[in-house]
Amino acid sequence: MTNLDQTPLLSVEALNKSFGRQMACRDVSFELWPGEVLGIVGESGSGKSTLLNAIAGRLAVDSGKVLYRTGSNDIIDLASASEAQRRHLMRTEWGFVQQHARDGLRMTFSAGANIGERLMALGDKHYGTLRDTALDWLQAVEIAPERIDDLPRTFSGGMQQRLQIARNLVTRPRIVLMDEPTGGLDVSVQARLLDLIRRLVQEHNVACIVVTHDLGVARLLAHRLMVMRRGQVVEAGLTDQLLDDPQHAYTQLLVSSVLSV
Amino acid sequence: MTAQQSYQASATLAGYNFGFLDEQTKRMLRRAILKAVAIPGYQVPFGSREMPLPYGWGTGGMQVTAAVIGSKDVLKVIDQGADDTTNAVSIRRFFVRMTNVATTEKTREATLIQTRHRVPETPLSEGQILVYQVPIPEPLRWLEPRETETRKMHALSEYGVMHVKLYEDIAQHGHISTAYDYPVLVNGRYLMRCSPIPKFDTPKLHMNAALQLFGAGREKRIYAVPPYTEVKPLDFDDHPFEIERWPEDCALCGAHDSFLDEVILDDKGGRMFVCSDTDYCGERRAAGHTGRMSAPYKDEAAE
Repeated sequence: MTNLDQTPLLSVEALNKSFGRQMACRDVSFELWPGEVLGIVGESGSGKSTLLNAIAGRLAVDSGKVLYRTGSNDIIDLASASEAQRRHLMRTEWGFVQQHARDGLRMTFSAGANIGERLMALGDKHYGTLRDTALDWLQAVEIAPERIDDLPRTFSGGMQQRLQIARNLVTRPRIVLMDEPTGGLDVSVQARLLDLIRRLVQEHNVACIVVTHDLGVARLLAHRLMVMRRGQVVEAGLTDQLLDDPQHAYTQLLVSSVLSV
Repeated sequence: MTAQQSYQASATLAGYNFGFLDEQTKRMLRRAILKAVAIPGYQVPFGSREMPLPYGWGTGGMQVTAAVIGSKDVLKVIDQGADDTTNAVSIRRFFVRMTNVATTEKTREATLIQTRHRVPETPLSEGQILVYQVPIPEPLRWLEPRETETRKMHALSEYGVMHVKLYEDIAQHGHISTAYDYPVLVNGRYLMRCSPIPKFDTPKLHMNAALQLFGAGREKRIYAVPPYTEVKPLDFDDHPFEIERWPEDCALCGAHDSFLDEVILDDKGGRMFVCSDTDYCGERRAAGHTGRMSAPYKDEAAE
Protein backbone atom coordinates (compact mmCIF):
# COMPACT_ATOMS: atom_id res chain seq x y z
CA MET A 1 0.00 0.00 0.00
CA THR A 2 1.16 3.52 -0.75
CA ASN A 3 1.34 6.38 1.67
CA LEU A 4 -1.74 7.82 0.04
CA ASP A 5 -3.80 5.49 2.14
CA GLN A 6 -2.29 7.16 5.15
CA THR A 7 -4.07 10.41 4.35
CA PRO A 8 -7.78 10.77 4.79
CA LEU A 9 -10.08 10.89 1.76
CA LEU A 10 -12.24 13.53 3.33
CA SER A 11 -11.63 15.71 6.31
CA VAL A 12 -14.26 18.00 7.68
CA GLU A 13 -12.93 20.81 9.84
CA ALA A 14 -15.02 22.88 12.24
CA LEU A 15 -18.13 22.86 10.09
CA ASN A 16 -20.93 25.17 11.19
CA LYS A 17 -24.37 25.48 9.71
CA SER A 18 -27.31 27.30 11.18
CA PHE A 19 -30.81 28.05 10.00
CA GLY A 20 -31.49 31.44 11.54
CA ARG A 21 -31.00 31.01 15.26
CA GLN A 22 -31.20 27.25 14.97
CA MET A 23 -27.73 25.69 14.99
CA ALA A 24 -28.01 22.55 12.85
CA CYS A 25 -24.31 21.67 12.89
CA ARG A 26 -21.97 23.08 15.48
CA ASP A 27 -18.21 22.76 15.09
CA VAL A 28 -18.31 19.32 13.48
CA SER A 29 -14.94 17.82 12.59
CA PHE A 30 -14.09 14.33 11.42
CA GLU A 31 -12.06 12.38 8.92
CA LEU A 32 -13.05 9.68 6.50
CA TRP A 33 -10.52 7.15 5.24
CA PRO A 34 -10.54 5.22 1.97
CA GLY A 35 -12.83 2.22 2.13
CA GLU A 36 -14.20 3.13 5.52
CA VAL A 37 -17.86 3.19 6.49
CA LEU A 38 -18.72 5.95 8.92
CA GLY A 39 -22.11 5.90 10.60
CA ILE A 40 -23.80 9.03 11.90
CA VAL A 41 -26.51 8.29 14.46
CA GLY A 42 -28.72 10.47 16.58
CA GLU A 43 -32.33 11.33 17.18
CA SER A 44 -34.38 13.11 14.56
CA GLY A 45 -33.56 16.79 14.35
CA SER A 46 -30.04 16.28 15.60
CA GLY A 47 -28.49 17.61 12.38
CA LYS A 48 -27.46 14.32 10.75
CA SER A 49 -29.03 14.99 7.38
CA THR A 50 -27.99 18.63 7.41
CA LEU A 51 -24.41 17.53 7.95
CA LEU A 52 -24.68 15.10 5.04
CA ASN A 53 -26.17 17.74 2.76
CA ALA A 54 -23.52 20.25 3.78
CA ILE A 55 -20.73 17.78 3.00
CA ALA A 56 -22.29 17.05 -0.38
CA GLY A 57 -22.47 20.77 -1.14
CA ARG A 58 -26.24 20.75 -1.32
CA LEU A 59 -26.31 23.32 1.47
CA ALA A 60 -23.98 26.28 1.79
CA VAL A 61 -22.03 26.03 5.04
CA ASP A 62 -21.62 29.03 7.34
CA SER A 63 -18.00 28.29 8.18
CA GLY A 64 -15.57 25.40 8.16
CA LYS A 65 -13.81 23.32 5.57
CA VAL A 66 -14.69 20.16 3.68
CA LEU A 67 -11.35 18.98 2.32
CA TYR A 68 -11.56 16.22 -0.26
CA ARG A 69 -8.65 14.37 -1.82
CA THR A 70 -9.62 13.84 -5.48
CA GLY A 71 -8.77 10.87 -7.67
CA SER A 72 -5.82 12.85 -9.00
CA ASN A 73 -4.66 13.55 -5.43
CA ASP A 74 -5.46 17.24 -5.34
CA ILE A 75 -6.93 18.47 -2.10
CA ILE A 76 -9.91 20.72 -2.72
CA ASP A 77 -12.17 22.48 -0.27
CA LEU A 78 -15.70 21.65 -1.34
CA ALA A 79 -17.10 24.42 0.84
CA SER A 80 -15.39 27.00 -1.35
CA ALA A 81 -15.01 25.11 -4.65
CA SER A 82 -16.75 26.40 -7.76
CA GLU A 83 -20.17 25.01 -8.42
CA ALA A 84 -19.05 23.52 -11.73
CA GLN A 85 -16.23 21.62 -10.01
CA ARG A 86 -18.47 20.45 -7.19
CA ARG A 87 -21.24 19.27 -9.50
CA HIS A 88 -18.71 17.41 -11.61
CA LEU A 89 -17.32 15.62 -8.55
CA MET A 90 -20.83 14.76 -7.38
CA ARG A 91 -21.48 13.07 -10.71
CA THR A 92 -18.21 11.19 -10.86
CA GLU A 93 -16.34 10.55 -7.64
CA TRP A 94 -19.25 10.91 -5.26
CA GLY A 95 -22.59 9.25 -4.88
CA PHE A 96 -25.65 10.21 -2.90
CA VAL A 97 -28.29 7.67 -1.92
CA GLN A 98 -31.49 9.33 -0.79
CA GLN A 99 -33.83 8.02 1.83
CA HIS A 100 -36.70 8.07 -0.65
CA ALA A 101 -35.69 6.41 -3.89
CA ARG A 102 -38.14 8.70 -5.66
CA ASP A 103 -35.89 11.66 -4.89
CA GLY A 104 -32.82 9.94 -6.25
CA LEU A 105 -34.24 8.26 -9.34
CA ARG A 106 -35.74 9.54 -12.55
CA MET A 107 -39.14 7.96 -12.12
CA THR A 108 -40.25 8.56 -15.72
CA PHE A 109 -37.25 6.79 -17.22
CA SER A 110 -36.50 3.07 -17.32
CA ALA A 111 -34.10 1.32 -14.98
CA GLY A 112 -31.47 1.14 -17.73
CA ALA A 113 -31.65 4.87 -18.41
CA ASN A 114 -31.34 5.56 -14.69
CA ILE A 115 -28.17 3.52 -14.45
CA GLY A 116 -26.74 5.02 -17.63
CA GLU A 117 -27.41 8.66 -16.77
CA ARG A 118 -24.11 9.40 -15.06
CA LEU A 119 -22.17 7.72 -17.86
CA MET A 120 -24.04 9.74 -20.48
CA ALA A 121 -23.37 12.90 -18.49
CA LEU A 122 -19.68 12.03 -18.76
CA GLY A 123 -19.98 11.76 -22.53
CA ASP A 124 -20.58 8.04 -23.09
CA LYS A 125 -22.47 7.98 -26.40
CA HIS A 126 -22.55 4.32 -27.32
CA TYR A 127 -25.95 2.75 -26.72
CA GLY A 128 -24.67 -0.82 -26.78
CA THR A 129 -22.04 -0.36 -24.08
CA LEU A 130 -24.42 1.71 -21.95
CA ARG A 131 -26.88 -1.14 -22.10
CA ASP A 132 -24.30 -3.78 -21.24
CA THR A 133 -23.16 -1.74 -18.26
CA ALA A 134 -26.74 -1.34 -17.09
CA LEU A 135 -27.31 -5.11 -17.33
CA ASP A 136 -24.14 -5.80 -15.32
CA TRP A 137 -25.22 -3.41 -12.61
CA LEU A 138 -28.75 -4.74 -12.41
CA GLN A 139 -27.23 -8.12 -11.76
CA ALA A 140 -24.86 -6.68 -9.17
CA VAL A 141 -27.80 -5.28 -7.20
CA GLU A 142 -29.89 -8.43 -7.64
CA ILE A 143 -32.52 -7.06 -10.00
CA ALA A 144 -33.60 -9.37 -12.82
CA PRO A 145 -31.99 -8.21 -16.12
CA GLU A 146 -35.32 -8.42 -17.96
CA ARG A 147 -36.55 -5.51 -15.84
CA ILE A 148 -34.06 -3.17 -17.58
CA ASP A 149 -36.73 -1.40 -19.64
CA ASP A 150 -39.28 -1.14 -16.83
CA LEU A 151 -40.04 2.10 -15.06
CA PRO A 152 -38.87 2.36 -11.44
CA ARG A 153 -42.44 2.91 -10.29
CA THR A 154 -43.21 -0.70 -11.16
CA PHE A 155 -40.45 -1.72 -8.74
CA SER A 156 -40.89 -2.52 -5.07
CA GLY A 157 -39.42 -0.15 -2.47
CA GLY A 158 -36.41 -2.38 -1.91
CA MET A 159 -35.74 -2.71 -5.64
CA GLN A 160 -35.99 1.04 -6.11
CA GLN A 161 -33.43 1.53 -3.37
CA ARG A 162 -31.12 -1.03 -4.97
CA LEU A 163 -31.55 0.64 -8.34
CA GLN A 164 -30.60 3.93 -6.75
CA ILE A 165 -27.44 2.36 -5.37
CA ALA A 166 -26.55 0.92 -8.79
CA ARG A 167 -27.14 4.29 -10.41
CA ASN A 168 -24.69 5.87 -7.98
CA LEU A 169 -22.02 3.18 -8.13
CA VAL A 170 -21.88 3.01 -11.92
CA THR A 171 -19.13 5.64 -12.13
CA ARG A 172 -17.16 3.83 -9.39
CA PRO A 173 -17.35 6.69 -6.91
CA ARG A 174 -14.84 6.97 -4.09
CA ILE A 175 -17.34 8.26 -1.54
CA VAL A 176 -21.02 7.43 -1.25
CA LEU A 177 -23.24 9.36 1.13
CA MET A 178 -26.36 7.56 2.27
CA ASP A 179 -29.26 9.19 4.04
CA GLU A 180 -31.28 6.53 5.88
CA PRO A 181 -30.82 4.00 3.05
CA THR A 182 -33.06 1.44 4.73
CA GLY A 183 -35.68 3.83 6.08
CA GLY A 184 -39.24 2.88 5.24
CA LEU A 185 -38.41 -0.67 4.18
CA ASP A 186 -39.70 -3.72 6.01
CA VAL A 187 -37.27 -5.67 8.14
CA SER A 188 -36.52 -8.59 5.82
CA VAL A 189 -35.95 -6.23 2.89
CA GLN A 190 -33.74 -4.09 5.13
CA ALA A 191 -31.58 -7.07 5.98
CA ARG A 192 -31.11 -7.97 2.33
CA LEU A 193 -30.28 -4.40 1.40
CA LEU A 194 -27.78 -4.14 4.23
CA ASP A 195 -26.06 -7.32 3.05
CA LEU A 196 -25.90 -5.90 -0.45
CA ILE A 197 -24.50 -2.56 0.65
CA ARG A 198 -21.90 -4.32 2.77
CA ARG A 199 -20.85 -6.51 -0.13
CA LEU A 200 -20.68 -3.64 -2.66
CA VAL A 201 -18.78 -1.37 -0.33
CA GLN A 202 -16.20 -4.09 0.19
CA GLU A 203 -15.97 -5.09 -3.48
CA HIS A 204 -15.54 -1.59 -4.79
CA ASN A 205 -13.62 -0.22 -1.83
CA VAL A 206 -15.84 2.84 -1.49
CA ALA A 207 -15.85 5.01 1.57
CA CYS A 208 -19.34 5.60 2.94
CA ILE A 209 -21.05 7.98 5.28
CA VAL A 210 -24.32 6.44 6.41
CA VAL A 211 -26.83 8.54 8.28
CA THR A 212 -29.30 6.47 10.26
CA HIS A 213 -31.37 6.58 13.39
CA ASP A 214 -31.33 2.81 13.55
CA LEU A 215 -28.49 1.50 15.75
CA GLY A 216 -28.94 -1.97 14.26
CA VAL A 217 -28.15 -0.64 10.80
CA ALA A 218 -25.21 1.27 12.21
CA ARG A 219 -23.85 -1.82 13.96
CA LEU A 220 -24.08 -3.90 10.77
CA LEU A 221 -22.66 -1.39 8.33
CA ALA A 222 -20.40 1.06 10.06
CA HIS A 223 -16.79 0.63 11.08
CA ARG A 224 -16.89 3.83 13.03
CA LEU A 225 -19.74 5.78 14.58
CA MET A 226 -20.45 9.41 15.37
CA VAL A 227 -23.29 10.25 17.75
CA MET A 228 -24.93 13.61 17.15
CA ARG A 229 -27.20 15.57 19.38
CA ARG A 230 -28.47 19.11 18.85
CA GLY A 231 -26.01 19.70 16.05
CA GLN A 232 -22.96 18.56 18.00
CA VAL A 233 -20.94 15.38 17.90
CA VAL A 234 -21.18 14.08 21.46
CA GLU A 235 -19.25 10.87 21.01
CA ALA A 236 -17.28 9.13 18.27
CA GLY A 237 -15.40 5.87 18.08
CA LEU A 238 -15.29 2.33 16.76
CA THR A 239 -18.82 0.98 16.34
CA ASP A 240 -18.59 -2.03 18.62
CA GLN A 241 -16.70 -0.14 21.28
CA LEU A 242 -19.15 2.73 21.23
CA LEU A 243 -22.25 0.58 21.31
CA ASP A 244 -20.95 -1.86 23.91
CA ASP A 245 -19.45 0.72 26.19
CA PRO A 246 -21.11 4.09 25.65
CA GLN A 247 -19.49 6.92 27.60
CA HIS A 248 -21.71 9.91 27.01
CA ALA A 249 -25.04 10.03 28.82
CA TYR A 250 -26.94 10.57 25.58
CA THR A 251 -25.28 7.61 23.89
CA GLN A 252 -26.11 5.47 26.90
CA LEU A 253 -29.74 6.55 26.60
CA LEU A 254 -29.73 5.82 22.88
CA VAL A 255 -28.23 2.36 23.32
CA SER A 256 -30.50 1.45 26.21
CA SER A 257 -33.63 2.53 24.34
CA VAL A 258 -33.15 -0.01 21.52
CA LEU A 259 -35.86 -2.63 21.65
CA SER A 260 -34.64 -6.17 21.78
CA VAL A 261 -37.00 -8.98 21.03
CA MET B 1 -42.08 56.29 -56.52
CA THR B 2 -42.43 58.91 -53.83
CA ALA B 3 -46.12 59.08 -54.44
CA GLN B 4 -46.38 55.33 -54.13
CA GLN B 5 -44.45 55.30 -50.86
CA SER B 6 -46.68 57.90 -49.27
CA TYR B 7 -49.65 55.93 -50.50
CA GLN B 8 -48.19 52.84 -48.79
CA ALA B 9 -47.61 54.67 -45.54
CA SER B 10 -51.18 55.88 -45.45
CA ALA B 11 -52.49 52.46 -46.39
CA THR B 12 -51.58 50.90 -43.02
CA LEU B 13 -54.35 50.91 -40.48
CA ALA B 14 -54.92 54.35 -38.94
CA GLY B 15 -53.95 54.66 -35.29
CA TYR B 16 -51.45 51.80 -35.37
CA ASN B 17 -47.67 52.08 -35.43
CA PHE B 18 -45.76 50.42 -38.27
CA GLY B 19 -45.61 46.72 -37.38
CA PHE B 20 -48.22 46.94 -34.59
CA LEU B 21 -45.72 47.26 -31.72
CA ASP B 22 -44.57 50.67 -30.52
CA GLU B 23 -41.00 51.79 -31.16
CA GLN B 24 -39.80 51.26 -27.59
CA THR B 25 -41.03 47.68 -27.63
CA LYS B 26 -39.37 47.03 -30.96
CA ARG B 27 -36.14 48.47 -29.57
CA MET B 28 -36.34 46.10 -26.61
CA LEU B 29 -36.96 43.19 -28.97
CA ARG B 30 -34.06 44.17 -31.20
CA ARG B 31 -31.71 44.32 -28.23
CA ALA B 32 -32.79 40.81 -27.26
CA ILE B 33 -32.32 39.63 -30.85
CA LEU B 34 -28.83 41.14 -31.06
CA LYS B 35 -27.87 39.38 -27.87
CA ALA B 36 -29.33 36.12 -29.16
CA VAL B 37 -27.34 36.42 -32.38
CA ALA B 38 -24.19 37.14 -30.40
CA ILE B 39 -24.62 33.96 -28.31
CA PRO B 40 -25.95 31.32 -30.72
CA GLY B 41 -28.53 29.04 -29.10
CA TYR B 42 -28.72 30.99 -25.84
CA GLN B 43 -32.26 31.84 -24.74
CA VAL B 44 -32.56 35.56 -24.12
CA PRO B 45 -35.46 36.63 -21.91
CA PHE B 46 -37.56 39.51 -23.19
CA GLY B 47 -40.73 41.34 -22.19
CA SER B 48 -43.30 39.54 -24.29
CA ARG B 49 -46.32 41.65 -25.23
CA GLU B 50 -49.93 40.75 -25.70
CA MET B 51 -50.61 40.17 -29.36
CA PRO B 52 -54.06 40.18 -30.94
CA LEU B 53 -54.19 36.38 -31.02
CA PRO B 54 -53.78 33.71 -28.36
CA TYR B 55 -50.55 32.24 -27.06
CA GLY B 56 -49.64 29.19 -29.03
CA TRP B 57 -50.67 30.78 -32.32
CA GLY B 58 -47.31 32.35 -33.02
CA THR B 59 -47.15 35.40 -30.78
CA GLY B 60 -43.39 34.96 -30.25
CA GLY B 61 -42.66 34.69 -33.95
CA MET B 62 -44.91 37.65 -34.68
CA GLN B 63 -43.13 39.86 -32.18
CA VAL B 64 -39.75 38.95 -33.68
CA THR B 65 -41.12 39.59 -37.17
CA ALA B 66 -42.58 42.93 -36.07
CA ALA B 67 -39.20 43.92 -34.62
CA VAL B 68 -37.18 43.18 -37.76
CA ILE B 69 -39.64 43.98 -40.55
CA GLY B 70 -39.01 47.06 -42.70
CA SER B 71 -41.14 48.68 -45.35
CA LYS B 72 -39.03 47.18 -48.16
CA ASP B 73 -39.24 43.62 -46.87
CA VAL B 74 -41.06 40.93 -48.79
CA LEU B 75 -42.88 38.69 -46.35
CA LYS B 76 -43.74 35.02 -46.65
CA VAL B 77 -45.67 33.20 -43.93
CA ILE B 78 -45.98 29.43 -43.83
CA ASP B 79 -47.71 27.01 -41.53
CA GLN B 80 -46.73 23.33 -41.84
CA GLY B 81 -45.05 24.24 -45.11
CA ALA B 82 -48.21 25.67 -46.67
CA ASP B 83 -48.88 29.31 -47.51
CA ASP B 84 -52.64 28.92 -47.53
CA THR B 85 -53.48 27.50 -44.08
CA THR B 86 -55.42 29.47 -41.45
CA ASN B 87 -52.48 30.46 -39.27
CA ALA B 88 -50.35 31.53 -42.24
CA VAL B 89 -53.17 33.46 -43.89
CA SER B 90 -54.16 35.37 -40.77
CA ILE B 91 -50.59 36.28 -39.78
CA ARG B 92 -49.79 37.40 -43.32
CA ARG B 93 -52.95 39.52 -43.45
CA PHE B 94 -52.10 41.00 -40.04
CA PHE B 95 -48.68 42.19 -41.22
CA VAL B 96 -50.06 43.50 -44.48
CA ARG B 97 -52.55 45.61 -42.51
CA MET B 98 -49.93 46.74 -40.00
CA THR B 99 -47.03 47.43 -42.39
CA ASN B 100 -48.37 47.21 -45.92
CA VAL B 101 -45.27 45.29 -47.00
CA ALA B 102 -45.27 43.15 -50.13
CA THR B 103 -45.97 39.47 -49.60
CA THR B 104 -45.03 36.46 -51.62
CA GLU B 105 -45.40 32.71 -51.62
CA LYS B 106 -42.07 32.25 -53.38
CA THR B 107 -39.31 31.29 -50.96
CA ARG B 108 -36.64 32.77 -53.26
CA GLU B 109 -38.33 36.19 -53.42
CA ALA B 110 -38.99 36.58 -49.70
CA THR B 111 -36.60 38.53 -47.49
CA LEU B 112 -38.43 37.61 -44.31
CA ILE B 113 -40.15 34.27 -43.72
CA GLN B 114 -42.17 33.49 -40.62
CA THR B 115 -42.73 29.79 -40.22
CA ARG B 116 -44.54 27.31 -38.07
CA HIS B 117 -43.35 23.68 -38.06
CA ARG B 118 -41.32 23.69 -41.29
CA VAL B 119 -38.19 25.00 -42.95
CA PRO B 120 -38.78 25.70 -46.67
CA GLU B 121 -37.38 23.07 -49.05
CA THR B 122 -35.80 25.70 -51.31
CA PRO B 123 -32.38 26.50 -49.82
CA LEU B 124 -32.27 29.93 -48.20
CA SER B 125 -29.68 32.48 -49.20
CA GLU B 126 -27.70 35.22 -47.50
CA GLY B 127 -29.79 38.20 -46.49
CA GLN B 128 -32.93 36.20 -45.81
CA ILE B 129 -34.34 35.91 -42.29
CA LEU B 130 -36.30 32.89 -41.10
CA VAL B 131 -38.47 33.44 -38.01
CA TYR B 132 -39.67 30.38 -36.10
CA GLN B 133 -42.68 30.24 -33.79
CA VAL B 134 -41.62 28.39 -30.64
CA PRO B 135 -44.01 26.93 -28.05
CA ILE B 136 -41.46 25.65 -25.47
CA PRO B 137 -37.95 27.05 -25.87
CA GLU B 138 -36.30 25.01 -23.11
CA PRO B 139 -34.93 21.68 -24.43
CA LEU B 140 -34.47 20.33 -20.91
CA ARG B 141 -37.97 21.24 -19.72
CA TRP B 142 -39.51 17.76 -19.60
CA LEU B 143 -36.39 16.38 -17.98
CA GLU B 144 -35.92 19.07 -15.35
CA PRO B 145 -38.96 21.12 -14.36
CA ARG B 146 -37.08 23.80 -12.39
CA GLU B 147 -36.11 26.85 -14.44
CA THR B 148 -33.31 27.74 -11.99
CA GLU B 149 -31.85 24.29 -12.48
CA THR B 150 -32.09 24.26 -16.28
CA ARG B 151 -30.36 27.64 -16.46
CA LYS B 152 -27.58 26.23 -14.31
CA MET B 153 -27.36 23.19 -16.57
CA HIS B 154 -26.99 25.45 -19.60
CA ALA B 155 -24.40 27.55 -17.82
CA LEU B 156 -22.33 24.47 -16.98
CA SER B 157 -23.08 22.63 -20.25
CA GLU B 158 -24.55 19.69 -18.35
CA TYR B 159 -26.39 18.12 -21.22
CA GLY B 160 -25.95 14.42 -20.45
CA VAL B 161 -29.55 14.08 -19.37
CA MET B 162 -30.71 14.82 -22.93
CA HIS B 163 -29.06 11.59 -23.99
CA VAL B 164 -31.06 9.82 -21.28
CA LYS B 165 -34.17 10.73 -23.24
CA LEU B 166 -32.71 9.45 -26.51
CA TYR B 167 -31.58 6.27 -24.69
CA GLU B 168 -35.15 5.81 -23.52
CA ASP B 169 -36.40 6.20 -27.09
CA ILE B 170 -34.14 3.40 -28.29
CA ALA B 171 -34.95 1.20 -25.29
CA GLN B 172 -38.68 1.53 -25.86
CA HIS B 173 -38.90 1.71 -29.66
CA GLY B 174 -35.65 0.31 -30.99
CA HIS B 175 -34.65 3.59 -32.61
CA ILE B 176 -34.55 7.28 -31.73
CA SER B 177 -38.25 8.00 -32.00
CA THR B 178 -38.06 11.74 -31.37
CA ALA B 179 -39.50 12.88 -34.68
CA TYR B 180 -39.85 16.62 -34.26
CA ASP B 181 -38.30 19.36 -32.12
CA TYR B 182 -35.09 17.35 -32.22
CA PRO B 183 -32.47 18.47 -29.68
CA VAL B 184 -29.41 20.07 -31.28
CA LEU B 185 -26.14 21.51 -30.04
CA VAL B 186 -25.53 24.97 -31.49
CA ASN B 187 -22.01 26.16 -32.18
CA GLY B 188 -20.69 23.38 -29.94
CA ARG B 189 -22.06 25.09 -26.86
CA TYR B 190 -25.77 25.55 -26.23
CA LEU B 191 -28.40 22.84 -26.37
CA MET B 192 -31.35 24.14 -28.35
CA ARG B 193 -34.87 23.15 -29.30
CA CYS B 194 -35.41 23.88 -32.96
CA SER B 195 -39.18 24.43 -32.48
CA PRO B 196 -41.53 21.66 -33.63
CA ILE B 197 -40.04 21.22 -37.09
CA PRO B 198 -39.80 17.58 -38.24
CA LYS B 199 -36.34 16.11 -37.80
CA PHE B 200 -36.23 16.02 -41.61
CA ASP B 201 -35.60 19.78 -41.41
CA THR B 202 -33.04 19.68 -38.61
CA PRO B 203 -30.00 19.30 -40.93
CA LYS B 204 -31.14 22.44 -42.81
CA LEU B 205 -30.31 24.53 -39.75
CA HIS B 206 -26.67 23.52 -40.02
CA MET B 207 -24.48 26.11 -41.79
CA ASN B 208 -27.55 27.83 -43.20
CA ALA B 209 -26.83 31.04 -45.09
CA ALA B 210 -29.90 32.77 -43.66
CA LEU B 211 -30.32 34.29 -40.21
CA GLN B 212 -32.63 32.12 -38.12
CA LEU B 213 -34.54 33.72 -35.25
CA PHE B 214 -36.73 31.89 -32.74
CA GLY B 215 -39.45 33.59 -30.72
CA ALA B 216 -41.43 32.10 -27.84
CA GLY B 217 -44.17 34.50 -26.78
CA ARG B 218 -45.68 32.72 -23.82
CA GLU B 219 -42.30 31.64 -22.43
CA LYS B 220 -40.79 35.07 -23.17
CA ARG B 221 -37.59 33.86 -24.82
CA ILE B 222 -35.76 34.73 -28.03
CA TYR B 223 -32.86 32.75 -29.44
CA ALA B 224 -31.03 32.65 -32.72
CA VAL B 225 -28.81 30.72 -35.08
CA PRO B 226 -26.68 33.21 -37.03
CA PRO B 227 -25.74 32.46 -40.66
CA TYR B 228 -23.18 29.69 -41.17
CA THR B 229 -23.37 28.32 -37.64
CA GLU B 230 -22.76 24.71 -36.75
CA VAL B 231 -25.93 22.93 -35.59
CA LYS B 232 -25.42 19.33 -34.57
CA PRO B 233 -28.26 16.93 -33.67
CA LEU B 234 -27.56 14.77 -30.62
CA ASP B 235 -27.29 11.04 -31.20
CA PHE B 236 -25.51 7.85 -30.19
CA ASP B 237 -22.42 6.42 -31.88
CA ASP B 238 -24.28 3.21 -32.70
CA HIS B 239 -27.62 4.93 -33.39
CA PRO B 240 -26.73 7.93 -35.55
CA PHE B 241 -29.15 10.72 -36.36
CA GLU B 242 -31.42 9.86 -39.28
CA ILE B 243 -34.17 11.73 -41.10
CA GLU B 244 -37.55 10.41 -42.13
CA ARG B 245 -38.01 8.39 -45.31
CA TRP B 246 -41.17 7.72 -47.31
CA PRO B 247 -42.18 4.69 -49.36
CA GLU B 248 -43.17 6.87 -52.33
CA ASP B 249 -42.31 10.14 -54.05
CA CYS B 250 -44.60 13.17 -54.08
CA ALA B 251 -47.72 12.17 -56.03
CA LEU B 252 -47.99 15.59 -57.63
CA CYS B 253 -44.45 16.69 -58.46
CA GLY B 254 -42.46 13.47 -58.08
CA ALA B 255 -40.04 14.97 -55.57
CA HIS B 256 -38.14 12.41 -53.53
CA ASP B 257 -36.09 14.89 -51.52
CA SER B 258 -38.83 16.85 -49.75
CA PHE B 259 -40.93 16.33 -46.61
CA LEU B 260 -44.10 14.49 -47.59
CA ASP B 261 -47.54 14.52 -45.99
CA GLU B 262 -49.63 11.39 -46.19
CA VAL B 263 -53.16 11.97 -47.46
CA ILE B 264 -55.79 9.28 -46.99
CA LEU B 265 -57.93 9.04 -50.12
CA ASP B 266 -60.58 6.45 -49.31
CA ASP B 267 -61.40 3.77 -46.77
CA LYS B 268 -59.84 1.01 -48.88
CA GLY B 269 -56.23 1.84 -48.07
CA GLY B 270 -55.83 4.37 -50.86
CA ARG B 271 -53.32 7.09 -50.01
CA MET B 272 -51.00 9.57 -51.59
CA PHE B 273 -47.92 11.44 -50.45
CA VAL B 274 -47.59 15.12 -51.28
CA CYS B 275 -45.00 17.77 -50.53
CA SER B 276 -45.79 19.66 -47.35
CA ASP B 277 -44.04 22.72 -48.85
CA THR B 278 -46.71 23.99 -51.28
CA ASP B 279 -44.43 26.56 -52.91
CA TYR B 280 -41.73 23.97 -53.62
CA CYS B 281 -44.24 21.52 -55.05
CA GLY B 282 -45.86 24.19 -57.25
CA GLU B 283 -42.49 25.40 -58.50
CA ARG B 284 -41.49 21.88 -59.49
CA ARG B 285 -44.76 21.30 -61.30
CA ALA B 286 -44.33 24.61 -63.12
CA ALA B 287 -40.92 23.36 -64.23
CA GLY B 288 -42.59 20.30 -65.73
CA HIS B 289 -42.02 17.68 -63.06
CA THR B 290 -44.89 15.27 -62.65
CA GLY B 291 -45.84 12.69 -60.07
CA ARG B 292 -47.89 9.52 -60.02
CA MET B 293 -51.25 11.29 -59.66
CA SER B 294 -50.63 14.72 -61.14
CA ALA B 295 -52.95 16.33 -63.64
CA PRO B 296 -51.25 18.12 -66.56
CA TYR B 297 -49.83 21.40 -65.23
CA LYS B 298 -51.87 24.51 -65.94
CA ASP B 299 -50.45 27.95 -65.33
CA GLU B 300 -53.03 29.54 -63.07
CA ALA B 301 -51.79 33.06 -63.77
CA ALA B 302 -52.45 32.57 -67.49
CA GLU B 303 -56.15 31.83 -67.03
